[in-house]
Amino acid sequence: MSLDTDASSSNTPNLFGSRRSRLFVGRRGLAASSISTVLLVGAIVLILFVAPGGAVFRYYFFNFHDMRIAWDGHSSQGISALSRSLFTNVWMFLVSEVLVLFFGLTIAWVRISHTPVLFPVRTLVTVYTDVFRGVPLLIVVYLVGDGVPALKLGFISNQSPAIYGVVALTLTYSAYVSEVLRAGINSVPHGQLLAARSLGLTPTSTMRRVVLPQAVRTVIPPLLNDFVSLQKDTALVSVLGVIEIANAGQISASTLFNGSGLVAAALFFLALTIPMTRLTDHLIERDRSRRLAGS
Amino acid sequence: MLELKDVVKRFADNEVLSGISLQLHRHEVVCLIGASGSGKSTLLRCANMLESIDAGSITLFGQALEDRRIDPNLVRRHIALVFQSFNLFPHLSVLDNIVLGPVYAMKRKRAEVREEALALLERIGLRDRADEFPDRLSGGQQQRVAIVRSLAMRPTLLLLDEVTSALDPTLVGEVLDLLRDLASSGTTMLIATHEMNFAKDVSHQVAYLDKGVLVEKGTPEQIFTSPQHEATRLFLERVR
Repeated sequence: MSLDTDASSSNTPNLFGSRRSRLFVGRRGLAASSISTVLLVGAIVLILFVAPGGAVFRYYFFNFHDMRIAWDGHSSQGISALSRSLFTNVWMFLVSEVLVLFFGLTIAWVRISHTPVLFPVRTLVTVYTDVFRGVPLLIVVYLVGDGVPALKLGFISNQSPAIYGVVALTLTYSAYVSEVLRAGINSVPHGQLLAARSLGLTPTSTMRRVVLPQAVRTVIPPLLNDFVSLQKDTALVSVLGVIEIANAGQISASTLFNGSGLVAAALFFLALTIPMTRLTDHLIERDRSRRLAGS
Repeated sequence: MLELKDVVKRFADNEVLSGISLQLHRHEVVCLIGASGSGKSTLLRCANMLESIDAGSITLFGQALEDRRIDPNLVRRHIALVFQSFNLFPHLSVLDNIVLGPVYAMKRKRAEVREEALALLERIGLRDRADEFPDRLSGGQQQRVAIVRSLAMRPTLLLLDEVTSALDPTLVGEVLDLLRDLASSGTTMLIATHEMNFAKDVSHQVAYLDKGVLVEKGTPEQIFTSPQHEATRLFLERVR
């Protein structure tokens, strides 16, 4: 068989299908995606209009007047302002995230260590992660928030419910995050460890300078994922009577007989988490393209 | 300087080294040859204390490494090990790879180490790549950086574990040239290699290992032109 690659040769197969130029395909693609988006969104909105209870639904959840009242608060009616209570959520998740990173890392470190001295701690920590990954956060919130004050341990038992909420969030999420970090540490090739040790680096320096920087890079997406989840779960602390934003929305809903305050609270969570999920996706994509470029 | 005496190493039931004895003097280059799985890499790892030995002794500067008071990190500063798969740190630039050991293991000043590192890179012609990440370099360049990373620790002895085995054939030459250069400037080296011509040129002693046993040891002339053992002769015939 001839290896001639001359394109003009009559027996060269034709690779041009019925599609026209790439540019045209691109434009047509854009048009197709715009139309399908409009249709999909339109269909969802349409349901809110054609459903028998559509008007009631729209009035109950999308009443901008009541949404405004919930946002600003109304002291004589006992409605706490969403605009103020949101700071409770913000400080709760900021503090929890810092604590979770610290404890998560410590737990991961203990679990991957082989030192005989740490054996009892290692066992304890394994039981801890098993328990707190398995028990629903809501129950942990109740146990900590109602249980610790019942112990009557002076200072420890006299904290505000929000503090107990942070403790509960930290307990549960440290268990999750430690597993994520442990997986990251284990994903660093063994050769990296050998190379660092053969340079005379101590185990601690090896971890700090070689293993962790590589581990954290791989686990940033799942880590941010857990943090997005943690931010939402600050709403669960409301069961301890903390007026955080979801609770404030609930109060406005039962006072005004209108759920628009809840929707406003939902919008607040979206405003927080959407940038974070976008960032996560961006990091995953960047990491992927970097790896592809590297190979 | 380095002396191995009847070294035995087992992984579970598998005896990888069965009583190896070997001596290495200052400024001497010794090549370990033998098929894959003959124990060459394990021997190097034992000398670097990355693996513990089950019997026998390894002595460095007259001090037995089995002594529990020996600090492995101090030993490793004197004995550098270069790996088959380079094992450069992908998250650090070429320069930072070289600087890491001296700065964090030897606690030397970064500025001073940096100058030395750049001089070393100059020597291998990669000074202009100092700020790039290892994955931007070719395999041969990466391996030369890995060798230079070990040299930055100013080791008394350099262990090289089949450093050209993972390389594209066209890139082997540049790495071997660097090693020849080091040998001629008097660097003490223990080299596990499959490159017979290189071993012939560069070494003062060649040792042939087969299934964890040191079958034969001698000058390159002795080993390559008149091997005393049948196993050595067969091995050399196969690799030629």
